Amino acid sequence: MRNLLPVLTVALALIAAWYVAVVPMNAQWERDQAARAGTELAFGDLVARTMAQDRPRLPAPHQVVAELWESTWVEERHGRRGWWNTGSLSNRSLVWHGWVTLSATMLGFLIGTGLGVLLAIGIVYNRAMDASVMPWAIASQTIPIIALAPMIIVVLNSVGITGLIPKSIIAAYLSFFPVVVGMVKGLRAPDAMQLDQMKTWNASGVQGFLKLRLPSSMPYFFASMKIGIAAALVGTIVGELPVQQGGLGVRLLSGSYYGQTVQIWAALFGAAILAAVLVGIIGWVQRTTLKRMGLAQ
Amino acid sequence: MTAAWSATPAWARPILVTAALIAAVLALRLPAAGAPDARLLLLLAIWLGAWAVNAWLVAAYPGSRIRALVAVLFGVTLIGLWELATRLYEVPRVILPPPSMIGARIMTSTDTLWTDVVQTFFKGALSGFAIGTGAAILFALVVDRFDFLRRGLLPVGNFLAALPIIGTAPIMVMWFGFDWPSKAAVVVAMVFFPMLVNTVQGLAATEAMQRDLMRTYSASWAQTLLTLRLPAAMPFIFNGLKISATLALIGAIVAEFFGSPTRGMGFRISTEVGRLQLDMVWAEIAVAALVGSTFYGFWALLERRVTFWHPSQRGR
Repeated sequence: MRNLLPVLTVALALIAAWYVAVVPMNAQWERDQAARAGTELAFGDLVARTMAQDRPRLPAPHQVVAELWESTWVEERHGRRGWWNTGSLSNRSLVWHGWVTLSATMLGFLIGTGLGVLLAIGIVYNRAMDASVMPWAIASQTIPIIALAPMIIVVLNSVGITGLIPKSIIAAYLSFFPVVVGMVKGLRAPDAMQLDQMKTWNASGVQGFLKLRLPSSMPYFFASMKIGIAAALVGTIVGELPVQQGGLGVRLLSGSYYGQTVQIWAALFGAAILAAVLVGIIGWVQRTTLKRMGLAQ
Repeated sequence: MTAAWSATPAWARPILVTAALIAAVLALRLPAAGAPDARLLLLLAIWLGAWAVNAWLVAAYPGSRIRALVAVLFGVTLIGLWELATRLYEVPRVILPPPSMIGARIMTSTDTLWTDVVQTFFKGALSGFAIGTGAAILFALVVDRFDFLRRGLLPVGNFLAALPIIGTAPIMVMWFGFDWPSKAAVVVAMVFFPMLVNTVQGLAATEAMQRDLMRTYSASWAQTLLTLRLPAAMPFIFNGLKISATLALIGAIVAEFFGSPTRGMGFRISTEVGRLQLDMVWAEIAVAALVGSTFYGFWALLERRVTFWHPSQRGR
């Protein structure tokens, strides 16, 4: 909590810098308009107008917040196609687009994490697997495997697999490798002394895994899950670009097609909020779990 | 039976179990599906054989050289199986082209691939990487002088580094146009915070005792920085540089999905996917993998040269 004041100050400074940047970014348009109308713009007027443009180059923070509010609560509560009027989420609302992205992200993340943990166990217990697979798992961290995303979407679409699954596959393989690398490190965290101790207690292999290796891997597991879920979200968003069937990625792309800057920023913040919530949930589970295990620092 | 099992070397046991499982599955399916597919048996045999070779190598020759060979063998086996499977099952080229076709494509279109590398890596990713990491290091020096700023920026920076900053790509395209400056801008936004956080942490890595010693030498801020604190920060700075190296190429490629001139790796991937020229897509991906791992390897090598004193670099 002692960091609260500095953090708030920095956040406020960022928002203030944003507001200051809005004026020069949008001023040209207003000056052109004024010149065309043959009028002079007072500085106060200019500032006020740059904050309220329809299609600004840089929307002001309050415009983005207003758009977020409009495209979530207002759209669902009062919109013709909203939840309250039709009983289903409006396809114009960020809630629906966010859900499309979230569901693919979560499915992919769960698959990727599950398989990643399984492979990590295999690597730790099988030296041939370790020597064969591990270098490639590490190398995969250095190359842009997200470039595969458009191809996976289009190829799976052409064989009739559409919707959630292709995006989830991308999210899965992007979260898979960080989890493998992190979990291998974690399962190897116990030192030789601790492993020997298990042996002196005549612990079986399964006991050694469940009571020593698995618990010691937990800090690494949560750290790699945080990386994994962020990667899964980015993968899903990129996976939504080639086939326009809803999702935050589609909002970003269609916003840029039609010059709807406020919509782009709202989608961007929607994605940021989603990422923050997901990482925050994992962080919370991490803190409570590690505290109960006595591993918290 | 038990005697035979205990006579089997430990490395061969998982392979035997897997082979037995596969045989059991095939045998169970036999009455329904007729004779097992010879192509499938061939692929399985190659896979099990390669696995046995690797397992035997690891068990018989412990050592790091052999481990490298094992990894290469594994990769070659995968590519061989891919080649064989696509040919045996006559997989359509618009779904998965065989590696030989991708290799041939790389050979015949080096010009295009090179143009794309120049556009995406040298112009977009590299300039953005240089600007972003450079600005972050300079800013970190400022942040480091004020403890208040440091305590405020570290959590905010960590938070921002976890967000999908790649989503700023359409905004940058709107601001900086279709060509590489917008890609560089996305890269700057992506690498800035990871680099800043790492550098600030690195600059705080010296101990009070060491800094006191510099003070007793009456060293100036610049002298302390150059002789003590920057060298001590190097492991952190290189960690940031390595993270940024991978982010830079990802950012430059994905930003091109949102709009680009008619060249660049991201542009080529998205358009050739649309034309179902998958061999070209795979060629671009192979080149991207090569460029990405080379760029990362460059920083990893430099790190080994610069931070040879650090425990993580010693004893290898």
